[in-house]
Amino acid sequence: MSELIVISTLNGVLFGMLLFLLSSGLTVIFSMMGVLNFAHASFYMLGAFFGYQLTRWIGFWPALVLAPLLVGVVGMAVERYGLRNTHRHGHVAELLLTFGLAFAIEEIVSMIWGKSPVDYRVPTALDFPAFTVFSTNYPAYKIFMLAVSVSIFVALLIVLKRTRVGLIVQAALTYPTMVGHLGHNVGRVFMVVFGVGSALAGLAGVIAGPSLVTQSDMASLLGPILFVVIVFGGLGSLPGAFIASLLIGLIQTFAVALNGSLASAFGPLDPGLGPSVLTDIWNVTIAQIAPILPYVLLVLILIVRPMGLLGTRET
Amino acid sequence: MTDATAPLELKEQPGGRVRFYGIWLIAAVALIVLPLVFSSGGSLTSFSLIGIAIIFALSYNILLGQTGLLSFGHAVHYGLGGFLAVHVMNAVANYNWPLPLPFIPLFGGIGGLAFAIVFGWVMTKRAGTVFAMITLGIGELVASSSLILRSVFGGESGITTDRTALPHMFGWSFGPQRQVYYLIAFWVMVSAIAMYALTRTPLGRLCNAVRDNPERVEFIGYDPHVVRYFAYGFAGFFAGVAGGLTAINFEIANSAYLGATQSGFVLFAAFIGGTAYFFGPILGAILVTYLQLGLTDLTTVWQLYFGIIFIGIVMFAPGGIAGLLMMHRPLVRAGSLATVIPSYLVAALPTLAFALGVILSIETVAHYTDSEGEGSVVHLVGIPFDAVKPTTWLAAAVLVVVGFVIARLTWRRVTEAWDRAATIARDRGYLA
Repeated sequence: MSELIVISTLNGVLFGMLLFLLSSGLTVIFSMMGVLNFAHASFYMLGAFFGYQLTRWIGFWPALVLAPLLVGVVGMAVERYGLRNTHRHGHVAELLLTFGLAFAIEEIVSMIWGKSPVDYRVPTALDFPAFTVFSTNYPAYKIFMLAVSVSIFVALLIVLKRTRVGLIVQAALTYPTMVGHLGHNVGRVFMVVFGVGSALAGLAGVIAGPSLVTQSDMASLLGPILFVVIVFGGLGSLPGAFIASLLIGLIQTFAVALNGSLASAFGPLDPGLGPSVLTDIWNVTIAQIAPILPYVLLVLILIVRPMGLLGTRET
Repeated sequence: MTDATAPLELKEQPGGRVRFYGIWLIAAVALIVLPLVFSSGGSLTSFSLIGIAIIFALSYNILLGQTGLLSFGHAVHYGLGGFLAVHVMNAVANYNWPLPLPFIPLFGGIGGLAFAIVFGWVMTKRAGTVFAMITLGIGELVASSSLILRSVFGGESGITTDRTALPHMFGWSFGPQRQVYYLIAFWVMVSAIAMYALTRTPLGRLCNAVRDNPERVEFIGYDPHVVRYFAYGFAGFFAGVAGGLTAINFEIANSAYLGATQSGFVLFAAFIGGTAYFFGPILGAILVTYLQLGLTDLTTVWQLYFGIIFIGIVMFAPGGIAGLLMMHRPLVRAGSLATVIPSYLVAALPTLAFALGVILSIETVAHYTDSEGEGSVVHLVGIPFDAVKPTTWLAAAVLVVVGFVIARLTWRRVTEAWDRAATIARDRGYLA
């Protein structure tokens, strides 16, 4: 049991930090521009596939730097030539544009790399067990993933709290128009923030690709969870996104590891009852309901606190 | 079918009432005559699918177009309607209830409505982006839950039924596709009239007000939350009717009906058609279903074209096809349309070249990577291109770049011609 707790906590924190790499960019972009970027998970997928392709051409370490940069450039282009032109039609049009983009990116990726998973492997330099907990070998690559996401988190914190750029971004979170009045080139700030957000998503993709499955449906699988994270944490709140990321990461990882069901806790139902909704619910394991847990959380928070955990804005 | 949401006309046309009923009458006659003109099995199936898509897209527009609520989970109502319809059909057949098939879509509607009544209150608490995210989450929740509750939703394979096992009506067994088509056509007509009538009720007008300015609606004493809740309920009901018809048409309901793909389809249909006019989603449903059926035979990457068309509409014509058409109405009335036509013709050629270039690029890449194992030869407008030859890549690049540059110049001239035509229309009092 304690082995399960240690391993699941490690994996859960890791998944949570990955989620935060994505949700932080999404939240900052949403707060500044009012655009909920539907294609954010697609940038994560692009990162994974660029990482895979570049790893094959020039090796993992250059790919680790180049792939996120490429994704960042794609993101900036989307902002400059797509969103900026759509802005005058309102937020719904912008949301729909990113929705169409997410759709198109998935199709392009499956057109180029196919619909089946690609062979994106852990680099040999990191392909060894880091340490052994009880009887389980914990892979070094996961520790590397954790280290990368934690250092990005710290870097983000320093940039946001200690630099002038961070000050502008923070100000724009709460008073976007005032920042414009103070003479900052809001258009360029938006483009750079969008680019950095996409690049972070791309980085998450590059490092998550070898560990999870790199496949053309990875964006549509992760995307909805990402939205749950930022709605749950409170739209526009970075600390909220952080807490929600960790919470959902941990909940999902623990749920997958647990095999219990009502039947195993209270004994099987009378077989004479026949199949019904009750037997379905009685026999379903916690691992099986893991995929729907985030959405249950979403419904709960909407009933209890509609603005999200740490959200303040009503929009 | 005049516009439901556009600002009031500046000059009323004489005989508007006759024209209004005339359009509905023509639509009804067209629905009756269509299968007599195109009587092959394939076209009957297509018409049935298009009819269902029309109801589904119109129901979606109650949310998006009329109330301003963007939903990413509308297929939930559609799917639940389909499942309830299938269960009712099976129950009718098992217990010999005296309920003929044409009433089944009503139960589909009740299925969609029931979900809206239970979950809608929480979901419509907030509008805008949050509502969009909530519908996405709820959509995923229902789609995943349907795989867990196997006894109700039948797991991966779904639940089948037999539409001919129900009591017959007017001696019709509803076995042949033609009879199913007429059943669908009947429900298309009834639902379209009902949904149009809804836009003319005080509730329909309040929905528009909530879309445009919820704060002012509160000031005159209405709760926008309640209005959104009602709109959500009506949309859920008609989506359920569409789902019930699908269940009758295919004699099966499975979890794919509930999923994100179906929700995306209805969003595409409504938005491409145009959400600002009542007839927009009808156009969109016809076009998108037709494309879906037609493109799958032609290319393996047809969904990518869908995405590109959608992005193009969002960026350059957010009013959709209906918006583009209705833009020209004041010009036609003022008689200044002729000023614009030549510039359209000039712009058409490079735009077409650009589009062909994009298509050639996509098909070349698709055949080059050859993920579907179809060989490397692309057939475009009757010309074979070999995807592994550099000349093909060059041709595609030239078409895209040159087409784009020239098209941009010609579209600038279209804008100028448009401004001139609009000025004339304004002077004559046909345009605000």
